[in-house]
Amino acid sequence: MKLPSFAYARPTSVEGAIHHLVEGGGEARLIAGGQSLLPMMAFRLLRPSMLVDIGAIEELKTITVERDVIRIGALVRWCELERNQVLMEKLPLLPAGIAHVAHYQIRNRGTVGGSLAHNDPAAEMPTLAIVCDAEIVVVGPAGSRVAPAREILSEALSPAIEFDEMIVAVQFKPWTSSKRWGFSEISRRRGDFAIAGIALHYELDAEAKMMDVHVAVFGAAEVPQRLREVENLLEGRLIGSNLIMEASARVSSIVDPPEDIHASADYRRALAGVLFERALREAASR
Amino acid sequence: MDKVNIELVVNGRSVAAEVPLRATLADGLRDYLRLTGTHIGCEHGVCGACTVIVNGEAVRSCLMLAVQADGAEVTTVEGLGAPGDFGPLQAAFHKHHALQCGFCTPGILTTLHALLSKEPDASEDRIRDVVSGNLCRCTGYISIVAAALDARRAYLKESH
Repeated sequence: MKLPSFAYARPTSVEGAIHHLVEGGGEARLIAGGQSLLPMMAFRLLRPSMLVDIGAIEELKTITVERDVIRIGALVRWCELERNQVLMEKLPLLPAGIAHVAHYQIRNRGTVGGSLAHNDPAAEMPTLAIVCDAEIVVVGPAGSRVAPAREILSEALSPAIEFDEMIVAVQFKPWTSSKRWGFSEISRRRGDFAIAGIALHYELDAEAKMMDVHVAVFGAAEVPQRLREVENLLEGRLIGSNLIMEASARVSSIVDPPEDIHASADYRRALAGVLFERALREAASR
Repeated sequence: MDKVNIELVVNGRSVAAEVPLRATLADGLRDYLRLTGTHIGCEHGVCGACTVIVNGEAVRSCLMLAVQADGAEVTTVEGLGAPGDFGPLQAAFHKHHALQCGFCTPGILTTLHALLSKEPDASEDRIRDVVSGNLCRCTGYISIVAAALDARRAYLKESH
């Protein structure tokens, strides 16, 4: 369907964008790549009075790498993350996970900030932010604040930011070479939303034990979730087939997935365990 | 309805149009610039029929506002060749029978043109991954992939 009518502004600064959001009083929406927003408007799930196009705010388009932080601007597109050499070296889970986002044409336009602000329960980026303990930088009329991704992304399709605030960046800690990681998801067709997926990483210590284990599941809960019970089970242990099977069964027993047209809850529960096993074996093989 | 003036380069030609704010780039190209080679299928970003090339990247023109293309360089299927003067991909599609009804073809040609311009040595796997963003209900994709693989030579030559 054609889009509903709206007013339009294209500010060139974050302050300008915030100004429009304040004026809009909750009826204005930011548009970045528009890859989720425009379909929602076409279906009349959203009818914003104004679209504030942030595509001309150049400062949001960069990836900066410092010793302790990798800062990814809200307007960085998937195709840029996929081919970023620094990320492949210092945070390889990110480009590997992002390669599963939608299709080629959408990855050329969709943005990191847009995906975080949309917070679809089956999306890769919120999961990657949560499993990596990322921080989200939010700017509002009163200035900027930094909050853990798990706080901002605690509710599906409704990030914990005010109507007059915007996500300007997401910050990750760079990894060392002792990190091991895996990512696995299943969708009905290539590029579709995942029915379920697993992202995980851990440090391999000098005795080949798994330390600082992080495991997150998505598509199998309202929002991406860390699986603490499984992390605790693996923590400090040597990886082996028995442990993988035990942990995989634990994953299936603790997830509480939704049921929808794409898959039953039982299927998703079984799938989460299988995907976890694949991701962990992938991590162990690195 | 609110309208806005946009200026852009389409298929190498500078053009200007007054378009409604709510017009997508697909609407702008078809209804205001009369370039009807860009097809609108699902109109919500699933089918890929409306794919055009914006500043070198293949994008779904139904998921972009016409006003967002202000100042951009756009290539549509009309820019890839003409009847009697096919570009290399079009010639390969002709040779391999890579279309039947043809509705999805403009979007597939633009997608593959953007891909092969950047990655003229794209593997079959890569081509299949990329073209998974374009729904074709006639061909089963086998002839499309064969045509794309065949057309690579022309793009490799250009990149040297």
